[in-house]
Amino acid sequence: MDTLSALADGFSIALTFQNLGLALIGCFLGTIIGALPGLGPSNGVAILIPLAFTLGLPATPALILLTSVYYGAMYGGRISSILLNIPGDEPALMTTLDGYPMARKGMAGEALALSGIASFVGAFFATWGLVFLAPQLVKVALLFGPAEYFALFALAFATLGGIASKNQAKAALAAGIGLGIAMIGVDGQTGVPRFTFGEVHLYDGIDFLVAIVGLFALSEVFIFLEHRGTAKATGDASDIKLGRLTPPMSMLKQTVPTMARSTVLGFIAGVLPGAGASLGSFISYSVEKRLVDKNNTFGTGDPRGVAAPEAGNNAAAGGALVPMLALGVPGSGTTAVLLAMLLALNITPGPLLFTNNPDVVWGLIAALFIGNVMLLVMNIPMVSLFVRVLLVPPRYLMPAVAMISFVGIYGISGSTFDLMVMVFFGVLGWILRKLDVPLVPIILGVLLGNQMEANMRRAMTISDGDWSALFASPLSIGLWLFAFFGFILPIIAGRFFRPKFPRTDSEADPD
Amino acid sequence: MSDRIMGGVGLLLAAFFIWQATLIQESFISDPVGPKIFPIIIGGLVGLSSLAIFLKPDDEPEWPDFSRLFEVGLTVAVMVAYAYALPSAGFVVSTAVAAGYLSWRLGTPPVKAAVAGAVIAIGIYVVFHLILGLSLARGPWGF
Repeated sequence: MDTLSALADGFSIALTFQNLGLALIGCFLGTIIGALPGLGPSNGVAILIPLAFTLGLPATPALILLTSVYYGAMYGGRISSILLNIPGDEPALMTTLDGYPMARKGMAGEALALSGIASFVGAFFATWGLVFLAPQLVKVALLFGPAEYFALFALAFATLGGIASKNQAKAALAAGIGLGIAMIGVDGQTGVPRFTFGEVHLYDGIDFLVAIVGLFALSEVFIFLEHRGTAKATGDASDIKLGRLTPPMSMLKQTVPTMARSTVLGFIAGVLPGAGASLGSFISYSVEKRLVDKNNTFGTGDPRGVAAPEAGNNAAAGGALVPMLALGVPGSGTTAVLLAMLLALNITPGPLLFTNNPDVVWGLIAALFIGNVMLLVMNIPMVSLFVRVLLVPPRYLMPAVAMISFVGIYGISGSTFDLMVMVFFGVLGWILRKLDVPLVPIILGVLLGNQMEANMRRAMTISDGDWSALFASPLSIGLWLFAFFGFILPIIAGRFFRPKFPRTDSEADPD
Repeated sequence: MSDRIMGGVGLLLAAFFIWQATLIQESFISDPVGPKIFPIIIGGLVGLSSLAIFLKPDDEPEWPDFSRLFEVGLTVAVMVAYAYALPSAGFVVSTAVAAGYLSWRLGTPPVKAAVAGAVIAIGIYVVFHLILGLSLARGPWGF
């Protein structure tokens, strides 16, 4: 078993004092970030990337820190869902449906413990899925030429726009904006400047970290500023009794089949490009409701209604790492941010990552297992500590978030120009969120734009300008068809399938 | 209405983008595609999707009233001023002012907000500069 021996090597990398410490810090920070309303996995990781980068951490430790934050945030999102009926991040939205009623019945402690266990189960088995599926996908990906890569990028945008958003035209617009931003700067193949308007600062292009932190973190500050003093920004956890912190055996036994099904569904949702954790938790909850809700107890505090979305979203978090690591195409907002991290460290994810930098891949996967156990241990007995963090009011929290964003970006370049660009992206992100334009396609466009163009031009160079080369191989035709239907079918049939989230302008976190 | 405006702006943006793309100078050695085609395709994508948004707008979002918009605008101004103040006034002073302002505008009473701003600035300075060794902006006083 090649895979298992590679995994064993990974453990030997992850089990150093420094990496264990980073995983612990990451899990702790991640849980807090996930629990705080308004901060979720994408913007939490986005703020921390520039910091990890400027601190000069090597690739593997930096990645371990940030993926621990990612997994931690997925755990943490449930805390405020259950206690306050405010989802800490978007994937935790479904957890409010049964979690909050359980808390009202005086079973807050059981709900938290049960959801912690469900999170562990989902994430643990999804990480195993990652271990076995990613190398298989790599074998396929090694057959890809430039034309196939071009089709694959198109597929990522199409499914992201088709499945995961409410208005496909807006997702397409967002993707176009992101790709357009990526075009700014000197063209990599011919060396001519494009869209720079003579501004020297633009010759290097727009740094994607600046765009990400502006769009995700700073726009959140504006949203809070706009909603100041309204009920949205406040919550009160002080009057909720936690009760016992262990779920009874009977409750666990009742929820085991639910967790198993939700893990599988969530993992599949995560692997699909563009779907992500929100869809994972949504699908898990709705399928469970259809399958086992015989007495109409879902929505009134049914433990299975807590276990399903939590197992689902944590499994999806693991699943989303599969296409990110194996193909270099992220499956969700947060994995897009993690991709940015890898690119900032000069590591190109994709099939070659597994042969060139096996230490990064397997060290990371081993760290995920370790982090998962840490999170379970941390989340069951220490949950009351995290509950206390929820009491920090946003009027102290958001200024700190804004300032840390500035510190991170200033730390990279030390340039006022980059800070200006970040503020610009913050305002842009705020306006686009008001208008219901998803931000993830923008980020994906900024990240993948240059590679997408390079692959297209490489394919054209090989075929000497014959455009039909893009649709020549069966593999690329398959990808194009998948992309086409991934975008078109949801427009036609999607009304039955897409999550019907209540309309809010502040989707706290796209994943 | 908002969506129609966005669609219109998107169309203008697409037209501008394509126009700018045609102005890109070709270099004398080039691949068959050259540096213009892909940006023009993107411009087409932006134009098409803007047209779709223009023709089929969603419900109107809830815009804040004028005072809140003004407040967001003022905060943007403070952030821009902060970015310019960093190199000359140093990290701690400018951050304390900016964070205090933000905290005040988010509903903290003025005196408490000033304290919060100072605590945030010094906290970040201690954690990120003294403990983690990140380089922060140095002002005339070295912090």
